[in-house]
Amino acid sequence: MSTFSRRRLLGWTGAGAAAAGIGAVAGCAAPAATAPAQLVVPFRGEHQAGIVTPAQDRLHFVALDVLTDDPEKLKALLQRWTAAAERMTAGAETTPGGATGGNPNSPPDDTGEALGLPAASLTLTFGVGASLFAKLGLDPSLVPAGLADLPPFAGDQLDPTLSGGDLCIQACSDDPQVAVHAVRNLVRMGFGTTAVRWSQLGFGRTSSTSTTQETHRNLFGFKDGTNNLKAEDPDGLRDQVWVSPDQGPAWLAGGSYLVARRIRMHIEIWDRTSLVEQEVIIGRTKDRGAPIGAAAEFDPADFAAVDETGAPRIAVDAHIRLASAEALGGVKILRRGYNFVDGSDGQGHLNAGLFFIAFMNDPQAQFVPMQRALATSDVLMEYIEHTGSAVFACPAGLGEGSYWGQSLFEA
Amino acid sequence: MSRRTPAAVGLAVLGLAMAGCTSTAPVDTGAGGPITVAAADDACDVSTAEAPAGTISFDITNGGSKVTEFYLYATGGRIMGEVENIGPGLSRQLIVEVPEGGAYETVCKPGMVGDGIRSAFTVTGSAERSVDTDTRLAEATAGYARYVNSQVEALVPKTQEFVDAVKAGDVEGAKALYPVARTYWERIEPVAESFGDIDPRIDGRDDGEPGVEFTGFHRLERDLWQDGLQPDSSSIADRLMADITELAGRVPSVELTPLALANGAKELLDEVATGKITGEEDRYSHTDLWDFRANIDGSQGAIAALRPVIDERDPELGPLLDERFAAVDALLENYRDGDGFVLYTALTPDDVKAMTEAVDALGEPVSQVAGVVSS
Repeated sequence: MSTFSRRRLLGWTGAGAAAAGIGAVAGCAAPAATAPAQLVVPFRGEHQAGIVTPAQDRLHFVALDVLTDDPEKLKALLQRWTAAAERMTAGAETTPGGATGGNPNSPPDDTGEALGLPAASLTLTFGVGASLFAKLGLDPSLVPAGLADLPPFAGDQLDPTLSGGDLCIQACSDDPQVAVHAVRNLVRMGFGTTAVRWSQLGFGRTSSTSTTQETHRNLFGFKDGTNNLKAEDPDGLRDQVWVSPDQGPAWLAGGSYLVARRIRMHIEIWDRTSLVEQEVIIGRTKDRGAPIGAAAEFDPADFAAVDETGAPRIAVDAHIRLASAEALGGVKILRRGYNFVDGSDGQGHLNAGLFFIAFMNDPQAQFVPMQRALATSDVLMEYIEHTGSAVFACPAGLGEGSYWGQSLFEA
Repeated sequence: MSRRTPAAVGLAVLGLAMAGCTSTAPVDTGAGGPITVAAADDACDVSTAEAPAGTISFDITNGGSKVTEFYLYATGGRIMGEVENIGPGLSRQLIVEVPEGGAYETVCKPGMVGDGIRSAFTVTGSAERSVDTDTRLAEATAGYARYVNSQVEALVPKTQEFVDAVKAGDVEGAKALYPVARTYWERIEPVAESFGDIDPRIDGRDDGEPGVEFTGFHRLERDLWQDGLQPDSSSIADRLMADITELAGRVPSVELTPLALANGAKELLDEVATGKITGEEDRYSHTDLWDFRANIDGSQGAIAALRPVIDERDPELGPLLDERFAAVDALLENYRDGDGFVLYTALTPDDVKAMTEAVDALGEPVSQVAGVVSS
């Protein structure tokens, strides 16, 4: 059993999985030649996987604190992480034979709960936070402007134990056990060098990042992410998502910023709100997700239209109007959020909401004006609270032989 | 106290004695005669800083006012020999086999706390011999046996002092002695737990299970801190002393194997992670950090005994273990209060998180040791 790998199992299960339509990789990178590999998202490429990769259904996101002030120690960990991450995204154990093939008197290298599971479109996306630079004594000129603190927004109830972090790893997969396995093993490898600051599990992607995907619904029951930037829009991605060489330090060129916000939803209150009020607040119909006054989900929203009384048909404070590129001078972001339910809150209410993740090339110019408009005007704010917040810089994708953070550590 | 069944504990109880390991056995004092050590509350004067390899003998006299200890350490904190619990005015002898020349350290620990007063000690290399792996493994278990014996030698009289204070109705005195006596217990917990019948009597906790009698340290802890001394407190104290005495008599029969040492070192960290960091163990007295310190000491003792084998087979692991043990030591020093530690109830969630991180960081390399010594 020493070479047991999840990848080998794909030979037996891949065809059925492909027939079931799971996890196509269109738009991520060149499709692999064989059918079983369709569940494997390439780990290396021009950009990191897990950004424009068609959003998988499950998330395990972790923010970590770095415990060392020695860049060499972190570098060594990042090299080990990269090797393990590449193997896991291919459906293998962290090391060859790692789960059961080692010395029986040693704890196994790999924790084993993903044995027998396919790669399940696992992507692992790596980012660094602003706090990392001072901690490691890195040259301050390497700190990208986009990592500046987000300003406070009206209504924020941020919990420091759900915010910030020196590093982040976003694990997305079709199978929650595969995502959890990946994060658990990377965290374990990091003990002594990194420690978990906070983490979040998510399910039910609330965005589509590819035109090949249906738009899913958030826990308020509305289609979410209809007008999201999509993998099939290279110009939009270039203008809004990928950091260009003139936008920051060279080490981040081709990368992106990840903004994470944990948004608690007051589900029970929302559920007592009439359908018409829900639709007015969002600006879309609940059944098809069409803009108010339009027929189909992808019909353009007519923000100029007025009803018979002369009032705007889509309310001036409707969520889709406030968040629209039209209202924000053309600004868009690539959303990649997930629903979460962390059980109940002790008062009998769901501790649930939306774990918002978005990628962009300038958080101050993109996320900040959007969130400021929403925080001050959006009626939806009566039903939600932002409880966690973090910004990370995610470098470009890896070429052969390179490791996470190499462009920064060898800058 | 372990939640594991006795069968799962790594140290099997067999009829093999740890013969010849007692640090104070009166044997030939070796070439050059005994080296004298004048210990005081602020001094540790060793009559010479050099000796030839072979059997080395130290005569320690405690001229100070605090109980002291004397150690000879090798690289990585490996204990070559030690004498614990030397009361004021007393003299004890330490005879130690040092087969290899090199740099060592002599240490007195007045008050039996902290790093102690350290001096370099050089062993010159004439007795150096080629040591094969089997010999190293045998030396590892013998070295750990010395450590266990020294702890038991201190556990018995310290428990007696604690028991005497309980029986005399001296609540404050007993409270002060409780974490001190437990220190020696917690350092050798995996060995003690290998006696599945004694461990629950000495270290069981009140889980409210019907029909299970609640005795031992934690029962007296509850009496002293919560309920006040009870009509049967004296008899519980007597029973504790009898159980500790029985333990001391049975410890020499424990068979120690390198794998058992490695697993014991890991189990001690598991104890820290599941019982001490959570404040679960000493729920009435909140003296958990004393136990924490003692578990780490015990783990370090077992790892140190294995260190020559570890260094031979995985040269990177030893320095990593040193670094991680040092990080835990440094963290715990922040919570010192006099000769002891602050109470668990004084800790903030951030304090507990920092301890959890340090123990997680240490636990990973310690868990690798069993594989290294058994490969």
